[in-house]
Order: sequence, then C-alpha cells, then structure tokens
Amino acid sequence: MHMSGFTDRVADRLTGRAAPDHLSLAAVGAGLAAAGLGLAVWRRRRRTEQDDKIATDAPHWTLDKPAARAMFGKSVLINKPRDALFAAWQVERFPEFMENVVAVEALGGGTARWTIKAPLGREVHLVNSITESIEDRSISWQSEPESEIANSGEVRFVDAPAGRGTYVTLILAYDPPGGRIGRLGAKLLQREPEVQARRDLHRFKQLMETGEVTSNASPSARASESPVEPHI
Amino acid sequence: MRAVTWQGRHKISVETVPDPEIVNPRDAILRITSTAICGSDLHLYDGYIPGMRAGDIVGHEFMGEVIDVGARSTLKKGQRVVVPFTISCGQCFFCEKQQYSACDNSNPSETRDASELLMGHAMGGAFGYAHLTGGYAGGQAEYVRIPYSDVGPVIIPDDLPDDDVLFLSDILPTGWHAAVNADIEPGDTVAIWGCGPVGLFTIQSALLLGAGRVIAIDHFPARLALARQLGAEILDYTQVEVREALDEMTGGLGPDACIDCVGMESHGFTPDNVLDQVKAQFYSVTERPHALRQAILACRKGGRISIPGVYGGFADKFPLGQLMEKGLTVKSGQTPVQKYSGQLLTMIQDGKFDMTSLVSHHASLEDAADMYRHWHGEQNDYTKIILKPGLAKGTVQTRREVEHVDA
Repeated sequence: MHMSGFTDRVADRLTGRAAPDHLSLAAVGAGLAAAGLGLAVWRRRRRTEQDDKIATDAPHWTLDKPAARAMFGKSVLINKPRDALFAAWQVERFPEFMENVVAVEALGGGTARWTIKAPLGREVHLVNSITESIEDRSISWQSEPESEIANSGEVRFVDAPAGRGTYVTLILAYDPPGGRIGRLGAKLLQREPEVQARRDLHRFKQLMETGEVTSNASPSARASESPVEPHI
Repeated sequence: MRAVTWQGRHKISVETVPDPEIVNPRDAILRITSTAICGSDLHLYDGYIPGMRAGDIVGHEFMGEVIDVGARSTLKKGQRVVVPFTISCGQCFFCEKQQYSACDNSNPSETRDASELLMGHAMGGAFGYAHLTGGYAGGQAEYVRIPYSDVGPVIIPDDLPDDDVLFLSDILPTGWHAAVNADIEPGDTVAIWGCGPVGLFTIQSALLLGAGRVIAIDHFPARLALARQLGAEILDYTQVEVREALDEMTGGLGPDACIDCVGMESHGFTPDNVLDQVKAQFYSVTERPHALRQAILACRKGGRISIPGVYGGFADKFPLGQLMEKGLTVKSGQTPVQKYSGQLLTMIQDGKFDMTSLVSHHASLEDAADMYRHWHGEQNDYTKIILKPGLAKGTVQTRREVEHVDA
C-alpha cells in the first residue's frame, strides 16, 4: 500500500480538501496513537486478569507485587561446596564480611542482638531469632518485638549446576524507618539494608573463594583517603 | 612517593602521595622500574571513560622489583616481575575458565554497584583505570600494591632487560588475544585497523598464528612504516578508499578476519565520524566507532570480527543488519592476560616477537604530563613511551638515541 496515498485519503475525509495540511495530518497521527495506546492498555489489563492463575518460575523476590514491607533478594554463585558455605555462615564470622555489623551478641536459644551501622553515624539494634535451620540448605529468621526494626529473612544454599559450586541467596524483608522516603535517604547515604546486604554477600563470596575480602585500598592524591582503607 | 595522577580532562600531574602498604595476605608491593603509557590511557586523558576521580593514580603497564609481601603471597623480595593489567583472583568461576579479565572478585563491593549498573554485570578489576574497574591505584608511580600477587605477576629471568618484557603487562597479550579471537585459518587474509602498539603486536601475532597476509590500516607514516617492517601490507586511509582497496586485494571477497585495534576514538574525515565527533563534543555519545563500522562492512561474508579496541558505552549508527546478514562472528573483551603470560614469555625468549622497535621514547616519570601531551598530540613521532622512575627529570631518550646506545 502506498502510505502517502492512504494518509491523503484520510485527510481528505477529515478536512474535505484535496490536499492535507500538516496540522490535520498531525491530528490524525495523534488520534491513531491515542487509540493504539488505549487498545494496548485494555488488552494488557485483560491479559493480566486472565493470567492471574498462571504460575511463574521467577523467584518470588523478583516479582513486582505490592507489599507492606520493603523486600529484596540477591543471589551469588560461590565456587565452593554447599556444606562448606553453610558451615561458614556463622554468627561469629559475620564481622569478617559484614561491613555494617558492629557486633552480634548471642542471647541463647537461637536469638541474637545485632548492632548495625545506620545513616549519619548512628547505630540501630536488632533482636532476631532463628525460626528454622535446615542443615546445609537454609536458615530463616524473624525479629522479636523489642527489635528496633521489624524484619525477617532467609539465607539459602542451593547446588549450582555442572560443578560450579553453590547459589547463595539472601532474602530480606523489613519495615523501613521513615517509610519509602526514609529508605531512599538511607540508600543515598549507603546505609540502607539492601545496599549493605548486597555488598556483604559479595564480601562473603570473596572471603570464601579467595580467603580474603577484596580491597581497593591504595594511594591517591586525595587527602581525604588513606592507602589502607577501601574507597568508593 | 611520586605518582602520575589524573586531575581532569587533559590534566595530568605528578604528585607526592602516600606509599602503598600491604592490606591483604595475598598482596605484594613493587618498586616500579618501567611503566608505559597505553593508548587506552588517552581515553582517560580525553575524559571519555566514566568513573574517574580527580587524584586517581593512573598506569596499567608496569614492572618492577618485589620489595614487600603479605603472608600468603608466593613472591619473594628481590624478584623482578611484570604485572598483568587485569586483577584476577584465580579462584572464581571466570578465573577457573581462564576468563581472567572477567574475575568476579577483584572489583570490590564498594565500586561494583556502579559497574553493574552501567555494564549489566560488574567488570573485573584493573590497575589505574577508573572506579568502574575497582578504583585501584595504577603503576605510573614509584611503588604499587599488587592484590592476589600469587596469581598475576610473571617472574622475569635476570638476563631479560625491562624493555623486552614490559609489554607482557598489556599490549603484547592484547595483540595476541586479538589475533586468537580472529580464529585465523592457514592462509587467511587478516585486516587490522590501527597501527598503534596493540595493532603492531596484533600484526606479529596474526602472522605467527598462520595468516597468509596481513593488511594494516592507519594514517600516520611512522606507524605504517613500523607495520610494514613487521610484515604487514599497508593502507593509508587518507590515500585510498579502504573497502575498495580491501576488496580489490582479495578478489572481491573481503578479508577473512577484521580486527579493530582503534576503539572509541576513531580518526578520519568521513560523514559518520564527523557526526560522532560533533555529538562527542556535547557528550551525547562516548563512542566514535568509525573503524569498527568500516571493518564490519569490509569483512567477507561468514568472516570474523575481533575487537580489542576499547569502547565505553552505547554506540549509534551501528551496522547491525550488515553484521547479521553477512553472518559475521564477533569476539571481544579485555584481555585475560594471565592465560597467555607463560606462553608469551617463552616466545619472547625464543625471539618470536620484535618487542622494542615500536618504543620511540624513554622519559622520566617526572615528565609524565609532557609525555601525555605528546602521546595525545603527536602520534606520528610518539609511537610508545616508557616512563622510568629512576631517570632524572628532563631526561628524554628518543628511538634514535636508544638505537645509538644499543649499537
């Protein structure tokens, strides 16, 4: 089909003139675009309603769904056997790779009191209890009422295919102090739990695979930096 | 110590900074004896690589003497080593596959987020090359800290002078990798864009890997002369329409493999490059991939494209349909230097490579700012610059003087 012929005819109908002017052509275009957009939205809505019952293979923490708590998950491949990683995931070793953890104090019965760095040089205290621990597979926890931030989470260890080691997944849900705005602020200050947990998980991987936590500590001509401290 | 620092676009200065220290058990500290300026340092100089910060120590081609080691380093004080520009742990999924430049541990937690955001996945670590690759201090300095020193550094026998082995750090393995990536078959015609240091090592590598014929493309007479000296046929793109010449030299087929040793800052007065230049002035693109566009159009159907040239982000006017319709295979990436170190050191000892003809200048580390300016603006006369921390400020030896000394 000859496009300009088609648009000419449409324009003729609309304007009653033989030759289309640019304004009416633009109007036709805008009308068609609006109609197309409306149709797409309508079809998408219909499809979403119909597909509600179709299962997905996406991990649940990757799905966009409204939730009361901020939730996220992060997976890394670690080139070590599952049992070795499970054995290394010990409260006593957390300060080795959790940069934000100041101290973890065991209160007995699977409950621990955590002191964690918060934005602007403050500290926050969490009281979490292990709710389920499956040898070499997973550890789940839930916060106690006296915890300053309500949170729950799970760390999972799953065999990776082809002898690649283990997929380690950290899933965390929490009530952000100050709501969404507070969470955004904490992210900007690099002291938000998602940012911290993601980085800690990578430090755990580094420690397990290389025997040390990777550091870019090195000199620069910036007076604010030390050659023995990591920098951004 | 004294170190070459990046202070902004076209601003390089030599500053006094703190000495590096051992931080982790696998670390070592080197006293630098030779360090080269790389073509990719010009991308930093021109401000096209994102993630640089004022005060960064640059340099990723260096060698020196081990002066301190951590508890788990396998190096010994007094050893001479060349250090690969890629920082690699040796133990992650990628290192075990010998994809060392993709190391998943060397880019630390603090810098990998930005890298992941821009590239999709965090890049491996590298020395002196912006914070997207880890923010490590580089080796254009008196001293440098080497992480994972049990994996990367190549121990050099005492009888080999610095100039013979320094380029094991980057440009020799990068040229070799570029030729390996071209999957050269015996008798192939290989076209190479760019006769800078990487291009010159790619020419040598392609011939060693069985290419029947190498055609090298540039516009600087001195660089083309070096290419011819190393065994390539040469094309000066200011004198000839490159694609027509390549077709006529290959019976209309085009080269079997095309290698882009130019990267993101193509020269050349062509409509696409002029438009790229204008857009780059306003920072609306970082890439000026004229050479790569031409390589894709020039390559024979079913041929191979190898891209050792450095690119930083999104390119436009990319001949994707041509790539697909001609059925080309593309291989690229930063060089997994550690994969090739041992083999290439042996080949150097066997005299397979000309390691020194391309070196035009030796200069003091103190004169780095001048040398960057020459390297940027006088690419015909400056074909490779080696900085020596040991030389007094103002000491510059040119190729002719070095030849004279050697004779």
